[in-house]
Amino acid sequence: MATPPDARHRQTWRSRLHRWDSKGSPYAFVAPFFLLFAAFGLFPLLYTGWLSLHQVSLYNVNQARWVGFQNYLDLFTGAPSRFFWNALRNTITLGTLSTVPQLAIAIGLAHLLNYRLRGRGFLRTALLAPYATSVAAATLVFALIFSPEGGMANWVIHLFGFGPVNWEAGKWTSQFAIATIVTWRWTGYNALIYLAAMQAVPGELYEAAAIDGAGRLRQFWHVTVPALRPTILFTVVISTIGATQLFGEPFLFGGQSGHQGGADNQYETLGVLMYDQGFHDSMLGRASAVAWTMFALLLLLGLANALIARRLRRAQ
Amino acid sequence: MVLRRTTGAGRTHHAGPLSYAVLVVAALVSLFPLYWTLVAASTDAHRVVSSPPPLVPGANLFKNLCYVWQNAGGRGMGVALLNSTLVAGSVTLGTVVFSVLAGFAFAKLRFAGRGLLMGLVVATLAVPAQLSVVPLFILMKQLGWGNHLQALIMPTLVTAFGVFFMRQYLVQALPTELLEAARSDGANSLRVVWHVVLPIARPAMAVLGMLTFVQSWNDFLWPIIAMNGSTNPTVQVALAGLGTGWSTDWSVIMAGALIGTLPLLLVFVLFGRQIVGGITQGAVKG
Repeated sequence: MATPPDARHRQTWRSRLHRWDSKGSPYAFVAPFFLLFAAFGLFPLLYTGWLSLHQVSLYNVNQARWVGFQNYLDLFTGAPSRFFWNALRNTITLGTLSTVPQLAIAIGLAHLLNYRLRGRGFLRTALLAPYATSVAAATLVFALIFSPEGGMANWVIHLFGFGPVNWEAGKWTSQFAIATIVTWRWTGYNALIYLAAMQAVPGELYEAAAIDGAGRLRQFWHVTVPALRPTILFTVVISTIGATQLFGEPFLFGGQSGHQGGADNQYETLGVLMYDQGFHDSMLGRASAVAWTMFALLLLLGLANALIARRLRRAQ
Repeated sequence: MVLRRTTGAGRTHHAGPLSYAVLVVAALVSLFPLYWTLVAASTDAHRVVSSPPPLVPGANLFKNLCYVWQNAGGRGMGVALLNSTLVAGSVTLGTVVFSVLAGFAFAKLRFAGRGLLMGLVVATLAVPAQLSVVPLFILMKQLGWGNHLQALIMPTLVTAFGVFFMRQYLVQALPTELLEAARSDGANSLRVVWHVVLPIARPAMAVLGMLTFVQSWNDFLWPIIAMNGSTNPTVQVALAGLGTGWSTDWSVIMAGALIGTLPLLLVFVLFGRQIVGGITQGAVKG
């Protein structure tokens, strides 16, 4: 029996629609991400590289003058190189001061949180409260705590018989204070990540270790830490990326002293230097060169990390 | 969840008194700066920097809050709160919706170039937005968006992390047979998303939404560049203004910090458990 032409027509139309739908819809679903990423992620990143080869003023962004690698040469060897190398050193020392204690304390806390506990929910939420505090709010509070005039930190060390410290003025004291802010904000977050990984370790491993006569500490070193290796690597990568871009804390810590990153640039990081060059001194080209240097630094760190991860995997 | 079935690490051991002591000290160290913000915000310019420092709240809290509410950031903290809510809300909505769509496509649909595109998403996970602020600033100037909230919303409307997070969740949680059944019933893609994918993705959407909201609310570098000297600040921009010379009265500055922190703390008290779960899930599976 022949179907009427009208119905047949409708059938092919519908099946064609269906085909378009199943072929086209995946692309429609991923399109928003890729369009937005292309416009506001990839294009700006490449454009930063292009701008870093130009001289551009903040107040006249349409007139860029080609200068080749002059911005990089200036940064590495010219007049501003003093600030660049200083900022690079500060980024490394501040990064180390804030990342290493943060992760070490976090893994210790996670180990304790993994015991049978009363009030476990409260403890977890309390440890995560700093994560809910913004960089700006946290830095303002700690700037007051480390204030040379009537700050709480000086009052506490006075109780132990030490004289007042001008935290903000010294290179190491200011970096210690800033590292304290970073550590305060992120330790609980990392502790909870470690805790989740610890809970995924099979209990039989601990039973076996216990039968072999390993105490709690040996179990921690010989069972927990090896099992956590991928998680540790993950947190190291995340915190290293964060440390490379450290900005809000050194930007706000000086407060009213005027200059961001300290009067003697004693805690100026690469992030602050980029802001300073671009949006304070209005040299957008040089700021872009700082940004791409940071990008190169991140790629190097990523490469080093991949190599270490591979070596660890081989060693196992 | 798998986590609950395995008897992890020290689960069998009870915590000793020393463990409790260390944990309580850690919790106090975590909470003290927040309490201290409240105390400092309730004092006055003189008392806040006196020695010994005040340890219990004073009587000036309301006065300081009112002052900041009316004056901070040019038009007051109220405008800043509204702006932050609008920005973080839009960014959260966009990120959740677009991440579910893309995550679903990557998890369950077959299409040419899927592997390549997913590789691109993963590669962009590690690219920090900070490296693109100079061209973004120029772009916003040319679009005439300086001082407007869309300058803050558009660049962060979807993240690679969100897409990755939703894909990882949907690969496991969404049964392929269910999709095929809906398909053979003649449902088109949008109906499948609406009636099958969204209900299943809901828990992950809540987690991603909260993580995104926190991140967007606390975003700092790009807002202070885009809204530099603006009369249209977010909370963080207003706080930066407070901290760099707008006021020399620490009790007022702390009142600003308190207003800026309270909304998120409230979210944390209400949804703390889900946020904790979300953070740990993202890390362990990622």
